[in-house]
Amino acid sequence: MDRIAILAFRIVDQLRHDKRTMALILFAPIIVLFLVHSILTGADNTYKIGVISAPEDYVTQLAKGEDISVEVIDFSNGDMDLAIENAINAIKTEEITAAVSVPDDLANADIYLDGTDTAVAKQITGIIKSALSLTLREKLPISIEESEYRTTYVYGSEDTSSFDNFGAAMIGIIIFFFVFLIAGINFLGERNSGTLEKMLSTPIKRGEIVIGYVLGFSILALIQTVIVTVFVVYVLDVTVIGSIWYVLLINLLTAIMALTLGMAISGLASSEFQMVQFIPIIIIPQIFLCGLFSLTPGWELLGKFVPLTYSVGALREVMLHGNGIGDIWLDLLVILGFSAFFMLLNVSFLRKQRSI
Amino acid sequence: MQEAYGIQTEVINKSYGKRRILYDVSLKVPEGKIYGLLGPSGCGKTTLVKIISGILRPDDGTVWVRNQQMPSLQVMGQMGYMAQAAALYPTLNGYENLKFFGSLYGLKGRGLKERISHVAALVNLTDDLSKRVGNYSGGMKQRLSLSIALLPNPKVLILDEPTVGIDPLLRQDIWSELYELSGQGVTILVTTHVMDEAQRCHGLAMMRNGHILATGTAAQLQQAAGAGTFEEAFIFFSNAAEHEEGGNKNG
Repeated sequence: MDRIAILAFRIVDQLRHDKRTMALILFAPIIVLFLVHSILTGADNTYKIGVISAPEDYVTQLAKGEDISVEVIDFSNGDMDLAIENAINAIKTEEITAAVSVPDDLANADIYLDGTDTAVAKQITGIIKSALSLTLREKLPISIEESEYRTTYVYGSEDTSSFDNFGAAMIGIIIFFFVFLIAGINFLGERNSGTLEKMLSTPIKRGEIVIGYVLGFSILALIQTVIVTVFVVYVLDVTVIGSIWYVLLINLLTAIMALTLGMAISGLASSEFQMVQFIPIIIIPQIFLCGLFSLTPGWELLGKFVPLTYSVGALREVMLHGNGIGDIWLDLLVILGFSAFFMLLNVSFLRKQRSI
Repeated sequence: MQEAYGIQTEVINKSYGKRRILYDVSLKVPEGKIYGLLGPSGCGKTTLVKIISGILRPDDGTVWVRNQQMPSLQVMGQMGYMAQAAALYPTLNGYENLKFFGSLYGLKGRGLKERISHVAALVNLTDDLSKRVGNYSGGMKQRLSLSIALLPNPKVLILDEPTVGIDPLLRQDIWSELYELSGQGVTILVTTHVMDEAQRCHGLAMMRNGHILATGTAAQLQQAAGAGTFEEAFIFFSNAAEHEEGGNKNG
């Protein structure tokens, strides 16, 4: 027990002296989260839609823009073909995002748009179509009982920004990534510099080395978790419906899982560069499979085998759905299970060197 | 009565993948003696001392240290090991490095402090203990490594190329310290590729390509080879071993 504490304190001492690593683990996550947040919440722009030819009332309806602000730019001039050509050129130069042409009978609409950003393309198509149906409805002589949409938000609200949804997952991913890398590279350094062997020449057990390492890095992970969580909740003002203590707990366990994985993976790498090469194999697939994006059932099943899925799942339960321990205990248990498994893996890697 | 051995190995074999490093290495190091393991780099010396220290598992064979089978945590607590590459934490200072390893050996409080100042004085590092090890010169790192190996007041000391890159005056001091320790009954195993250093040992094993070529005192080996210099003796035994191997292949 003594030796575990000695090792843990040495790691804290070492990191305290190593300013670059400290900066990387404490401030880099904040910078990344700040960037993602600024980008995702700043996407509140006006769409410019060109009109090639359309009846007056349609244009008025389009310019109203239901939820999204729309600026209408007129391209119509006697010559239809010329108007189309002008509009397409304007799309190419990104002067406008789309252009539309609607005949007087409102029977159909020709839409021209840049389809490379599918999310934007879908939204614009929606705007153009809904403007069409609204115009039609106003024109109809017989008033039909108007069907009204009423939206009830089960989770979230009209104010939920794309970062709130994304952010819950991003916090887990970023903590996982940085801790994985730093713990892995540190443990690898211990192997390569010979200090691991030097430790093995003293009366310390293999298990004590692994536990001591996890404990030492957990202290660092705790500091990082607190900083990241406080920053996200109080500075970026991300919605946290549930208790912030649960968020802290999930993040801390995520960090421990990442550091045990990092240490285990470092057993397969022989240099820092090789450790970096594990990022595309170990980290990137997890980002895609952890639930950040909605997946087809097959991929979702595969996601169940990915450690990060449980962190992201638990964070969403607490931050977006306001649920408590009753809904996340299983996720937490799985995270702890993964950590224990990675630790055992590490202890068995050390067995190559010494049987005790 | 059986003679007391500080270190004893029996038919140690070790391969890394397909590459065979050690072939049936059996070695007996008498208690309280300085024993040299002489051979060119790549001959398997380091692998052998790592196996003896209990930090590497042999494929087969047995190691006893002070008549206990390795690895044994109890024996490891009485062993000092100095690796070839200075195994130190560069971001910590000299004192913190000593404190960490001393604590792993179970030293604490006053006892730990006293041992640290004792071993630091031995290697002439007392004034540099507050400096970061990352700023140490190669020789200073080497000396710090040696002092760490001496920390537990070991009964068995294993030194892998301890005097490489150390200035001749200090090398002299280190050797007189080793003689003193051996006088107190400490068994010392030293690896070296330098002939004159090997001659300072009480007993010797010559090693090449993972085989033990010959064992004995420097004088005995020189005499058996009928060689004028120690280096010639090494060449004699190397050639003899090659002939034998060649003979085996042809036969």
